[in-house]
Amino acid sequence: MLEIKNLHARVDGKEILKGLNLTVNAGEVHAVMGPNGSGKSTLAHILAGRDGYQVTDGSVRYEGKDLLALSPEERAREGVFLAFQYPVEIPGVNNVYLLKAALNAARKQRGEDELDAMDFLALVKAKMQFMEMDPSFLNRAVNEGFSGGEKKRNEILQMLVLEPKLVLLDETDSGLDIDALKVVAKGVNKLRDPKRAFVMVTHYQRLLDHVVPDQVHVLADGRVVKSGGKELALELEKRGYDWLKGAAA
Amino acid sequence: MAADNKDVDKLLRGEYRHGFVTDIESDTVPPGLDEDVIKLISRKKEEPAFMLEWRLNAYRHWLTMKEPQWAHLHHQPIDYQDISYYSAPKSKKDGPKSLADVDPKLLETYEKLGVPLHERAALAGVAVDAVFDSVSVATTFREKLAEAGVIFCPFSEAVKNHPALVEQYLGSVVPYSDNFFATLNSAVFTDGSFVYIPKGVRCPMELSTYFRINASKTGQFERTLIVADEGAYVSYLEGCTAPMRDENQLHAAVVELVALKDAQIKYSTVQNWYPGDAEGKGGIYNFVTKRGECRGERSKISWTQVETGSAITWKYPSCVLKGDHSVGEFYSVAVANNYQQADTGTKMLHIGKNTRSTIVSKGISAGHGQNSYRGLVKVAAGAEDARNYTQCDSLLMGDKCGAHTFPYMEAKNPTARVEHEATTSKISDDQLFYCRSRGIDPEDAVNMIVNGFCKDVFKELPMEFAVEAQRLLAVTLEGAVG
Repeated sequence: MLEIKNLHARVDGKEILKGLNLTVNAGEVHAVMGPNGSGKSTLAHILAGRDGYQVTDGSVRYEGKDLLALSPEERAREGVFLAFQYPVEIPGVNNVYLLKAALNAARKQRGEDELDAMDFLALVKAKMQFMEMDPSFLNRAVNEGFSGGEKKRNEILQMLVLEPKLVLLDETDSGLDIDALKVVAKGVNKLRDPKRAFVMVTHYQRLLDHVVPDQVHVLADGRVVKSGGKELALELEKRGYDWLKGAAA
Repeated sequence: MAADNKDVDKLLRGEYRHGFVTDIESDTVPPGLDEDVIKLISRKKEEPAFMLEWRLNAYRHWLTMKEPQWAHLHHQPIDYQDISYYSAPKSKKDGPKSLADVDPKLLETYEKLGVPLHERAALAGVAVDAVFDSVSVATTFREKLAEAGVIFCPFSEAVKNHPALVEQYLGSVVPYSDNFFATLNSAVFTDGSFVYIPKGVRCPMELSTYFRINASKTGQFERTLIVADEGAYVSYLEGCTAPMRDENQLHAAVVELVALKDAQIKYSTVQNWYPGDAEGKGGIYNFVTKRGECRGERSKISWTQVETGSAITWKYPSCVLKGDHSVGEFYSVAVANNYQQADTGTKMLHIGKNTRSTIVSKGISAGHGQNSYRGLVKVAAGAEDARNYTQCDSLLMGDKCGAHTFPYMEAKNPTARVEHEATTSKISDDQLFYCRSRGIDPEDAVNMIVNGFCKDVFKELPMEFAVEAQRLLAVTLEGAVG
């Protein structure tokens, strides 16, 4: 589903990714771990199409297409979803309004009819209940005045509504208490499916206790320096990252 | 932050859609202003003696006045002798009697602007008066309104046909000596709309006037007077557009509203005069005096404005709350994009007891635009239990624009309650990216964010015009996406 080959990328002239390779098949959950500054978030942002990164070499193919040639909105409509580490506040715009516009953009792309207000509300309310969110969320402005945990829950809610094919989770576990973490994990697990893939960028093992990955990759200095099964995350938890540094050389 | 907002900047390059010129024969007096020009205007309008006298008094007073300098605005000096004070489409001697007499080119112009003048095609329930340069060219639905006793006609006709009403109310809210621009208007105004709603009548339809400046080197000085007698109700909307020209054109209008006991007037404006080009060349200088007086008990005046056009906007639709328990409201969206400057707000003067006022102002600044809110809330000594609530929000797009707030408050009665809240926010590339990463087009994203910001004001507009306002805002702020 996703094939990243020899990806090099710069931010403000500084090379962050230095030949990253990663292949993710449908149905798989991959965890990308690594120390601060290793390029984890950069990877997530490049895949979602954020401005400000120059890809200098390499390729990213998504379902056979050149992902980097698509605009952010095209990627989203093709089924790529980024759950943000720091979801932005948009005052005055209702959550429900943004969500409806997003869903209908995706449906239009798939050649489906736009959902009317009634059907849409029924759908969202069911998902909100699942995410243990108060219905008043819908009529609040997007992320405005939300606590850190509420913002992350809201990201997962959007994911559940949009049902993307490739989900990128950028440190979704950061800043969550254990109850919120469980709810977020429940949302992710609910969407695990043979036709869907996940790339979870995270610092910590604790999310992986709840969302068990098929593969774990360690990123250091802009490259994948080690890949393994879920046991690798446990080993990292014990030994830290230092023993892997330089492994790629 | 400069590099951060290039996406936002790119979205701001919109285009003005009403910039065409109608090629039509006009009767235009040469530029310049003196007593002879005023006499000429009055003669062309076949006005009674009291009108000419009023005009001349205004002119003589104007000569003693200076242009106000207190606003947060910068512009080239205006040469008042370089403006033509009268321009009218040439037509049959007495002007059009009905739509059938109106020059088809004019009708076409209004069709292009999206103002349907043909009665059968008109928006259901909206009567339209169209003012082209200096004269009113068509008023629709007159007969139906007359059945209800409502007078809705060009100002110049009212002067002829209802001189007593005009003499009684003209200048009673905005006297001819009021301020530099209002005084100039009093001397030279050429047309506008006149509305009278009799006692106890609820006007059966929305009334609306569309103003169009077409001729070059002309000023537009219209004057609108709306009187709602006891217990009457009227909702009135004005829209304005102008061609794109390199020169700056002056628009100095006056609107007076009078609400007697238990009467209500709802006045909505969608102002889309030509704002000038992206470099700030050309555009309308919009210096407007709008004031309503709640003269009777429990009367109510509500101003709603969406100001997207003009190079310069200088206007403060105000309410004088004389009657006990009277209510004044001001809802405003003002946009300053490119090199536009807006200095706008309101005055709420609480004189009667238990008077209430609400001010909701939304300023949007983009490009190099400068947007100022200027408002005065004044509670007189005798105004027991007066209440005011003011909310003033600014939205910045990009990092070269400015938002300014100048709230003034004077409370001379200890029971007064005056509240003021203000916020400033920004559309950032982060917000844009967030929306785009959810599959939403960048234009739609900006639209969504701006409309969310303006929601509290748009909901005060009549339904059809709320839709128009949203569309207009989209055009003003976006257009070419690279």
